[in-house]
Amino acid sequence: MIDPTKTHQTLEYKHGRPLLAVRYAPDGKAIYFSAENTPPQKLLLAGEGTEPTVTPLEGGHDSWVKSMAVLPDGDAVITAGYDGRLVWFDVREEKPRLVRVVEAHQGWVRSVVASPDGKLLASCGNDNLVRIWDAAEGRELAVLPGHASHVYEVAWRPDGTAVVSCDLKGVIKEWDPVAGVLRRDIVTADALWKYDTTFRAEIGGARSIGFNADGSQLAVGGITKVSNAFAGIGTPVIVVVDWDQPAEPTESDNTTEADKQTAAQAAGLKQLEGKGAGNGVCWGVAWHPEGFWIGQAGGGGGGWLRFFKADASEDFHAMKLPANGRGMALAADAQSVAVAMANGYLRVYALHA
Amino acid sequence: MCGGLAATPALAEAVKRGSKRVLVVFLHGGVSQLESWDPKPGTDTGGPFRAIPTSVPGTHISELLPHTAKQMHRLSIIRSLDTKNGDHGRGQREMISGRDQPAPLDYPSLGAVVAKTSTPAGFSLPGHILIRGAGTGPGSAAYLGPQFAGVAMNDGKPPEYTARPDGLTGEDDRRRAALRSRFNDRFAGRRRTADTDAYTFSYDQALDLLDQREVFDVTKESVRDHDRYGSHEFGQHCLLARRLLERGVPFVQVNHSNYDTHFENFDFHIEQLGEFDRPFATLVNDLTERGLLEDTLVCVMSEFGRTPRINDRYGRDHWGTSWSIVMGGAGVQSGGIIGRTNADGTAVEDRAVDHGHVFHTILQAIGVDSLGDFHVAGRDHPIADPAKGPIDELLA
Repeated sequence: MIDPTKTHQTLEYKHGRPLLAVRYAPDGKAIYFSAENTPPQKLLLAGEGTEPTVTPLEGGHDSWVKSMAVLPDGDAVITAGYDGRLVWFDVREEKPRLVRVVEAHQGWVRSVVASPDGKLLASCGNDNLVRIWDAAEGRELAVLPGHASHVYEVAWRPDGTAVVSCDLKGVIKEWDPVAGVLRRDIVTADALWKYDTTFRAEIGGARSIGFNADGSQLAVGGITKVSNAFAGIGTPVIVVVDWDQPAEPTESDNTTEADKQTAAQAAGLKQLEGKGAGNGVCWGVAWHPEGFWIGQAGGGGGGWLRFFKADASEDFHAMKLPANGRGMALAADAQSVAVAMANGYLRVYALHA
Repeated sequence: MCGGLAATPALAEAVKRGSKRVLVVFLHGGVSQLESWDPKPGTDTGGPFRAIPTSVPGTHISELLPHTAKQMHRLSIIRSLDTKNGDHGRGQREMISGRDQPAPLDYPSLGAVVAKTSTPAGFSLPGHILIRGAGTGPGSAAYLGPQFAGVAMNDGKPPEYTARPDGLTGEDDRRRAALRSRFNDRFAGRRRTADTDAYTFSYDQALDLLDQREVFDVTKESVRDHDRYGSHEFGQHCLLARRLLERGVPFVQVNHSNYDTHFENFDFHIEQLGEFDRPFATLVNDLTERGLLEDTLVCVMSEFGRTPRINDRYGRDHWGTSWSIVMGGAGVQSGGIIGRTNADGTAVEDRAVDHGHVFHTILQAIGVDSLGDFHVAGRDHPIADPAKGPIDELLA
């Protein structure tokens, strides 16, 4: 029985290099993760007491892999790199096989996600673009301009009819992935962005994204209430947007944190922050089918898993992680989460006793 | 300088022909050498960025500097700075004074030394100008005297007190100045000191600046040049620097802030070097095309570098052990690399140098005997740290 208050570690795998991202295979039998300066890896889960088998997804990238998409049939993994590339791997055999390399974006590819039916991919990156791809053949189907800053995250609505994207300044857009056009500017999640006047730089962006089960809510994770951008002094936050009653597009001219809070309330946005949360970023967010959000934070305040009921803005449970986490994935059976740790470990946590 | 002497075209030409200049671009906070001048792609410390070829065969720099890469045949990289310091304030003072800190004396900054040694006779603009939006203020002149202290152009605006109060005409102001000069001359006949000279200088300089306020107005540059340098602050400040250097100002420093990226080092270096790259490359190119680079020493520096080790928040921390600066123009070899770090950038393997050596080198490159002394108020002061010397292999 799912009980977040009983969350406990069930697997610890030491990779050695700091991890960046993690995804489950749809059948839950494998976990894919990426790490600094190593190829992405496929970890085949084994029975209790048995060491998992780990094989690399070699080739195609000459930089770090920031994100991965696993197709619903589990046969292919598409990796997205800081080198601007999308790389397809056939993962059916014991040794993953490189299938194709596509120069996908100018600059970083920050995220790649497969559509629920596995036929399409959505990617986004530092060229301020969202792109739609044929998942099987690797053909680019649509280029979606409109963001004015780096696009940090994309997600598919659970019914597959829409792609949403969020950029550095918290601007959230909805796209028609088939027609290849913008449907609407949903809202600007001001809380996720700040221009730091001391260091003269912008901090922000969606570091994680996810819909709830029926697509009625979109959650975007990041950092808010930033007092020192270059030290990462700020609070991890999940901004929840109602899909059906979105706010009108707003100009992002709010400057103080109080202004942003007021604007967020006026726009009907809900902000989820942990009780007594320390400094950090929300690097992972997922909706659990039993009706709560899971947030994974990492930063100066350490690594955390936090659990939020749908109607609450504070967590009902928090679990400290042994190190900073940089990404999280919820297994398809919703029994566990995998966390990519900055200290070189992959850890799996069961969400029950 | 007494009584005021506006620059004439003839003087401007004479200034251009014979004088040397120094341009320092100070990247405040500590730019990462691994994300700029000494990339280590594919290593555990290298981060996600790749290295790109430059206009010097065999020399690569970070992919974050594509425009500067095309100018590297005009510049040299010193990859072996070992300043053993990770403190911002100390690092800034050491790099700009060439002296180990804390120091028993307040040493003159590079700008003051250059202004003292390289300002032509009759030159009516300040010899030491800082253009800043942020970062530390103008350098001290210490025992050289306040006339060589830095004059700040905060946010790129003209120096303070270069506009007459409303209601005071130029003619009235000159008549007042003439009266002041008569009183000063009578006083100086009996009690002239270094202090009275300094007071007189500052009043005279202020009067000169009033007549030359347009020199500080970057809006006078062409629309095309504004577009080439970019409308953001650093671009505008580089264009302003070119304007001042063209008019013979011996020392110009441009600050760019900030690079102290303990968190999200890679994202922030995309942003900050994205601002730096094109205007800096444009400035180097323009100085060359205008025939100014052969007489202008250009140096890009910080107070230290950043740790090869990437922390758990994607940041890099302070690092004074193995980092880089860039130098070019005037009497410096171009297209060279001085020194070498090890494979992961954690140590200098060859030709360790520090702020003292850099200070000597800059001065030697503009024809100043850095091994000599200033003679001030009956005392000898070594121009640069006598325990160090220039990087001879960098000098042409």
